[in-house]
Amino acid sequence: MGYFFLRRTISFILTLFVVSAVVFAVMNILPGDPALTILGLDATEDALAALREELSLNDPVMLRYVHWVWDALRGDFGISHSFRVPVADLVVERLPLTISLAFSGMPLTIIQALALGISAAANHRKAGDWGVMFLSQLGIAVPAFWLSILLVLLFAVKLRWLPPGGFPGWSEPLAAVRALILPTVALALVQSAVLARVTRSSALEVMRLDYVRTARAMGFSNQRVLWRHVLPNALIPIVTIVGLQFAALVTGTIVIENVFYLPGLGRLIFQSIANRDLPSVQALIMLFAAIVVTANFIVDLLYLVIDPRLKTRS
Amino acid sequence: MALQLNRPLIATAIVAISAVISPTVATAETSIVIGLQQEPTSLDPTADATASIDGMLAQNVYESLTTVNEAGEVKPQLAESWTVSDDGLTYVFDLVDGATFHDGTGFDAEDVVFSFNRAMAEDSVNPTKKLFKPIESVSAADAGTIEIKLKQRDAFFLFNMAQGDASIVAPESVETNNATPVGTGPFKYKSWTRGDKLVLTKNADHRNAGSVSLDRVEFKFISDAAASSAALLSEEIDAFPGFPAPELLPQFDADPRFNVVVGSTEGEVILAMNNSKPPFNDVRVRKAISHAFDREEIIEGAMYGSAVPIGSFYPPHGPAYVDLTGTYPHDTGKAKALFEEAGVANSTMTLRVPPFPYATRSAEIIQAQLAEAGIDAKVENVEWGFWIDEIYKKKNYDMTIIAHTSPNDLSNFARGPKYFYGYDDANYNDLWARISREADPEARNGLLKEAQKYLADQAVHGFLFQLPQLGVYKTGVDGFWPSRAVLFQPLAGVTVN
Repeated sequence: MGYFFLRRTISFILTLFVVSAVVFAVMNILPGDPALTILGLDATEDALAALREELSLNDPVMLRYVHWVWDALRGDFGISHSFRVPVADLVVERLPLTISLAFSGMPLTIIQALALGISAAANHRKAGDWGVMFLSQLGIAVPAFWLSILLVLLFAVKLRWLPPGGFPGWSEPLAAVRALILPTVALALVQSAVLARVTRSSALEVMRLDYVRTARAMGFSNQRVLWRHVLPNALIPIVTIVGLQFAALVTGTIVIENVFYLPGLGRLIFQSIANRDLPSVQALIMLFAAIVVTANFIVDLLYLVIDPRLKTRS
Repeated sequence: MALQLNRPLIATAIVAISAVISPTVATAETSIVIGLQQEPTSLDPTADATASIDGMLAQNVYESLTTVNEAGEVKPQLAESWTVSDDGLTYVFDLVDGATFHDGTGFDAEDVVFSFNRAMAEDSVNPTKKLFKPIESVSAADAGTIEIKLKQRDAFFLFNMAQGDASIVAPESVETNNATPVGTGPFKYKSWTRGDKLVLTKNADHRNAGSVSLDRVEFKFISDAAASSAALLSEEIDAFPGFPAPELLPQFDADPRFNVVVGSTEGEVILAMNNSKPPFNDVRVRKAISHAFDREEIIEGAMYGSAVPIGSFYPPHGPAYVDLTGTYPHDTGKAKALFEEAGVANSTMTLRVPPFPYATRSAEIIQAQLAEAGIDAKVENVEWGFWIDEIYKKKNYDMTIIAHTSPNDLSNFARGPKYFYGYDDANYNDLWARISREADPEARNGLLKEAQKYLADQAVHGFLFQLPQLGVYKTGVDGFWPSRAVLFQPLAGVTVN
């Protein structure tokens, strides 16, 4: 087990290094001048030159990269070019919102997908199955932002049950929860479509196996067979997809946060790229990479929990 | 294990659910929620060019020596009166008494000297430093008087000093203005939740506090057009002065809860042609292009009919405007003939456009219109950062579409061949020099008309239309300027019923 953790940690660190180098290279190759973006087209040459000095844009690229890595290792992610505040502060300010969105979206996705997927498998070749297949097809085809707009039109504009967007802050917990309901639902509806299909096909696979037939023959009820014998054995592919989906969920917040004008990380990274704000983009992409790697790591651990046979092999 | 039908449990559940979905109670003070499309990244207008900083804070949190009213006339602000010497080179300003900064420090001539020196310094990052170029020196005659000496006459000096870039700041608070702005204005900065909203509250100590009716102002940042529409319709916001989508206006027009106000801005939308790159250095090609496009069709298609056409580089609402839209009437035959004469018939040109709806939509229409005249125009949609680098800095373009939103920007054509227009004309440079020195408004307007005619005759660019200011306001909200002659919107005069 120790060896397993060591290997994983090394690959985690290597991944982050490679990601940081790639992002640095890409942001520097991309055309666009942060100084001009900040000061606008009417700025005089000397004002631009002064700003470039201030932002250390004149130093050679390799030197700037090395400086950045050195600072990052000590927890200093630099000052945002556009906001002029430490990047770490910006991230910490917005992290809770995006994490809440992701962490409420995930359980909703899983519950919805498992329920639909298993019931589709149980009603294989009957109306229930076709119904779920059709709905999931729609869910996969429909873009998240379009669905979000529809939800807003219905629940916020027509019915006035929920706000159309914005986030009042955690100081008003009830209003905060209300503001997150529609974004979470939008996120979950689209993600659960894919997961429902995977659940369905995985469950069908398992249902063909001998021990399920045996369980039925032993007189167990349909419910018990489904939930206590089929589902646990169908979980491996499902958990794999959930791991991949968590990454998609986190990056999906970029679109959702823009449509619902939420002050989260997704919106920040979008603005930072447009502003050519290198320190912010760098820190945020590293964060996303870290989240994805961690999620996959947890998935690997879950395999060991779900399928005890794997423990002896690892 | 089945859940028993538990009455108290159900009752609690119902209360909890309805508490969650019922809206929050409004407060008793006079407040307004204003929607804004672009959130700035800094709150210091003297260090960042983003127009929305001025739009929110100039003349509200910050004040300048002078201000400008709805008609574009210069009015006193921190300077209550001034005298100008006969040669137009020395201005003496009498400052108001009793103004204070929001952190309690007093306002006096030293703060004015500090602000100006900071803007004019070698290493200053003021985005509109050129406003200060004519200034020779700024000095405090005493605590309530400022003397500014100019190197040359400047007809626009008092107007320029009203802009947000010339806001008066205090040395005690200037370092943190980008995050917590401190000024002398009728509103104080309260809080800024980045990505969400900016809140201002009334400054009760302001010298004009008695005439300000708003207690609280909240700016909500919504960049998506559909989301802004939803926010207005669900009454989450009360006003959206810079509404981005003309195609969504009809539903607000028809709704008695809202007023739609279409005004004008200082933004001239032009089809810019790279005057230093063949074949665009040939006036016949430029005239041909001007004949080839049809302004009415472009305005109908790109702006849903809510823009005013222009024939030169000056806003129709301006005092010196002359209507030159008839200089090159839409005439595909004439365009073809001129293209033939210049030897570029049936050639290919590129049209690189930045990601603004007015630009991308107009580009498609112009492409079709040029095709009718035998020119194959390739449209390339580029990102803003790319546009700044490739088109603006490197002049790597044939044609592009852009709006110029600064007031009095006929000066752009005197910026020489290094400017992205690639335009260099000694006659025009002379004309502009005379304009900027002419202090008499009548004479200046005459010269401005001459400048417009000159640019139209030379067909320097394709002059398309004036960018409209689309405002959607809840009925009962009053005091917003329908047209923007400047970047700021004073809120002291806004009332809510």
